[in-house]
Amino acid sequence: MHHFIDRRRNPKGKSLGNRQRFLRRARDNIKERVDQSVRGKTLQPENGGLSDGEKVTIPSKGLKEPRLAHSTTGGQRHHVLPGNKDYVVGDTIPRPQGGGGQGGRKASEDGDGEDEFSFTLSQEEYLEILFDGLELPDLVEKNTFETLTVGTRRAGLTTAGSPNNLNLVRTMRNSLGRRIALQRPSLAAQQDVEDQIALLEAKAPLTAKQKEALSELQARLDYLNRKRKVVGYIDPLDLRYDTFVPEKIRNSKAVVFCLMDVSGSMQEREKDLSKRFFLLLHLFLTRGYEHTEIVFIRHTHHAQEVDEETFFYARETGGTIVSTALEEMKKIIADRYPTDEWNIYGAQASDGENFGNDSLRCKKLLLEDLLPVCQFYAYVEIVDEDADMLLSNADAGEDLWQAYRQVKEAVQHFEMQRVSLPSHIYPIFREFFLPKIKGAQNAGG
Amino acid sequence: MQAVKTSSTVLFDGPEWTFELLEKARDIIEDIALQDLGLDVYPNQIEIISSEQMLDAYSCAGLPLMYQHWSFGKHFVRDETLYRTGRQGLAYEIVINSNPCISYNMEENTMAMQTLVMAHAAFGHNHFFKNNYLFRQWTDAAGIHDYLAFAKNYIIACEERYGLTAVEDILDAAHSMQAQGVFRYGRPPQPTVAEKEAMQKVREGFESSQSLLDLWTDSTMRRDDEDSDNEDPAVSARQRELNLPQENILYFLEKNSPILKSWEREILRIVRSLAQYLYPQKQTKVMNEGCATFVHYYIINELYQQGRLTQGAYMEMMHSHTNVVLQPEYDDPRYSGINPYALGFAMMTDIRRICETPTDEDRDWFPDFAGNPNWRGVLKDAWANYRDESFIQQFLSPHLIRKFKLFTLSNDANKPNLVVSDIHNRAGYRDIRRELARSYDLAYLEPDIQVTDVDLRGDRELKMTHFVRNDIQLDRDNREEVLKHARKLWGYNVKMSVEVAP
Repeated sequence: MHHFIDRRRNPKGKSLGNRQRFLRRARDNIKERVDQSVRGKTLQPENGGLSDGEKVTIPSKGLKEPRLAHSTTGGQRHHVLPGNKDYVVGDTIPRPQGGGGQGGRKASEDGDGEDEFSFTLSQEEYLEILFDGLELPDLVEKNTFETLTVGTRRAGLTTAGSPNNLNLVRTMRNSLGRRIALQRPSLAAQQDVEDQIALLEAKAPLTAKQKEALSELQARLDYLNRKRKVVGYIDPLDLRYDTFVPEKIRNSKAVVFCLMDVSGSMQEREKDLSKRFFLLLHLFLTRGYEHTEIVFIRHTHHAQEVDEETFFYARETGGTIVSTALEEMKKIIADRYPTDEWNIYGAQASDGENFGNDSLRCKKLLLEDLLPVCQFYAYVEIVDEDADMLLSNADAGEDLWQAYRQVKEAVQHFEMQRVSLPSHIYPIFREFFLPKIKGAQNAGG
Repeated sequence: MQAVKTSSTVLFDGPEWTFELLEKARDIIEDIALQDLGLDVYPNQIEIISSEQMLDAYSCAGLPLMYQHWSFGKHFVRDETLYRTGRQGLAYEIVINSNPCISYNMEENTMAMQTLVMAHAAFGHNHFFKNNYLFRQWTDAAGIHDYLAFAKNYIIACEERYGLTAVEDILDAAHSMQAQGVFRYGRPPQPTVAEKEAMQKVREGFESSQSLLDLWTDSTMRRDDEDSDNEDPAVSARQRELNLPQENILYFLEKNSPILKSWEREILRIVRSLAQYLYPQKQTKVMNEGCATFVHYYIINELYQQGRLTQGAYMEMMHSHTNVVLQPEYDDPRYSGINPYALGFAMMTDIRRICETPTDEDRDWFPDFAGNPNWRGVLKDAWANYRDESFIQQFLSPHLIRKFKLFTLSNDANKPNLVVSDIHNRAGYRDIRRELARSYDLAYLEPDIQVTDVDLRGDRELKMTHFVRNDIQLDRDNREEVLKHARKLWGYNVKMSVEVAP
């Protein structure tokens, strides 16, 4: 009439449906906070840039559950309270501030009184909200571009194969079943008969009866031997081999190259804007790929690969030769990131200055060496906040901009934009990765 | 000799629990509960769950099969955050008013706690659910799981068919009036689940056929000459027709809203059915917890006296028990109202005291049972036939009022100060008892709002009236929000007027 049930093994996340509905409901609020939270983040996972979850605090406005309830103030009320010390009837007590005089009210009401509350989004939910509606660029069109490697995959068992693929467990299991079914005499049974024969033979001379028994035993031994020979220990029928089939494996490793001009003209503001763009790109790619790496390349008149800290915060002086960074990127790709294994993304930030003729060289490098191996390449030019003319007119600009414009016309997976304010970064990023209508490729820029 | 005997019969030694130990403990507890205390319980189904699952259950009003809605997700993330940051512990158990009676015990509990929790939930609460008149009359313990499953599936089906947003809108609106979705006095009929589903199908079929035949219904075929010049007869006629005034607003909207589709009406019905199911629990917090706490206290003491518990286990249980029944005083920072466990347990214990060793005062106040040798019978009668309000009104003794040092504060918004109106002396006992009882009366705690009038053939404005007592108004922001929801469900304007309660 009674029983115990162990529910601990039941699937977790029973309230997942409720959670999804809650996130959906609070989406606008959460999204706002998530967008804000991007600012203070670093790129590298080990620096806490992408932890397991993201704590967000959202205003509870819009998440209220209104109820018809009495107001907490006004009217005539009576409260019964425990723990009287020295009050007598008729004593007066000043009204507590902030409506604290509601003795009988439960503190555990609904919590709706709180103005905001915080909770933790899983990383997946965080990215989902951050990149709501964005797509990896041209994934469909560039199917041919997706890097593929060939691996092998187990494909069950076969009855023929090479000995090194013999599946011993399955083979022996078949063998045992067959031996039991066909009643193969065991070695012990054979030994037993042989022992009896030896025993009889040792007794020579033998009586007629013993001789008869001996010949019977001999016959039995022959039978056993014959049967053991016919029903082999392992029969070709028993053999099972593992099989492997070659399979194309979609590669899901990606590397992001962050290229930035760090010459004197790039100040904190410019670097901060670039950082935000790089961060978004990295977060976004983390969602699409199992494994992502970042390479930081900074350049003045020469380029070098550096760590994140140096990349964003160290100072460097010198001229500006953009092509050095592209050369460096090309070199690193050749050294460390074979294109059949890695999806390569490039992101470049600069204030648009370049040395003399170098822009033509950049164009050539991009078109001939880098863009053919890149999945996507984005160029962000950071301009002065008051440079309205540049922001509104894509035709205007210095020779690096002009050269890149020619690149953009030639290649579809190259994008470029100008930014001047932090608030520009995210919309521009979205614009880069919004699913595009075929044929309208250039309209977006 | 004595020591040998006790150590050979102790139930368990050490904190780890196993299912064998639980079985053994349960059997002995059951023996005491049924044979000694004479409790009458539903069959028990005790389930062991993890803390994660406990959080799940928390967010859904303790009902494991609750339908899905964002507000439960919101409660979950809030409880989870509080729990993970250590600001809120989890209950040791949750028990559901169902037959069989399902109680959930946390896996983190020690064996001592599991024993305590079993005595508390699987016997204390269980007896109360099975015997208290509110639960007997208002809830269908055998059918609740089936009904919850039906509700959950129905709402999922609606979401698939009509979209998440449409269902969410209806649920939001219905939830905002859930407290106004109960019949406080009428007796709800109790059809079986099969009947309910059949009825629901019939309703759906009827609604769809009715939309075709709407031209020929009574209301359109009625002769107009009934609408006489005199206003009042018309009003009272349509009030009669719609069975007004109606305190169950959700019921009224479900039956009479001109715009709701049949599935929307069904969702309103689900929300108000659950409100009705949970309504007795709101009215019996003190008694329910008091009953369960008294039962576990009695049982563990009995176990200890029988030598079934080690001293360590007994101390652990007592420690937990003492925490549960702690009543901080009004000026204590931990004070957050009167603790229903403390008050309930104290009253149950006090009833036993009055039966066993009554004073003259007790004989004066409780001539019916003071000195009654059968205290078990007196308690069981109280558990069966009272709710918090009437229980306190009947059984709170001067002894307890003194023990808790209760006093009454009058808070009149028109006066600058609060006034101490009664303290624990002869003049104050009855007033304090009345005020305390009233503070557990849902009729006073919850606003009295009724649907009073609607002219279905006129402007169709739905008129609700809030009957104000003691000049306590509704919370304005909440009221406006709820009225918006009501308009959504009604389709036309909804107005809330205020009247002083008679």
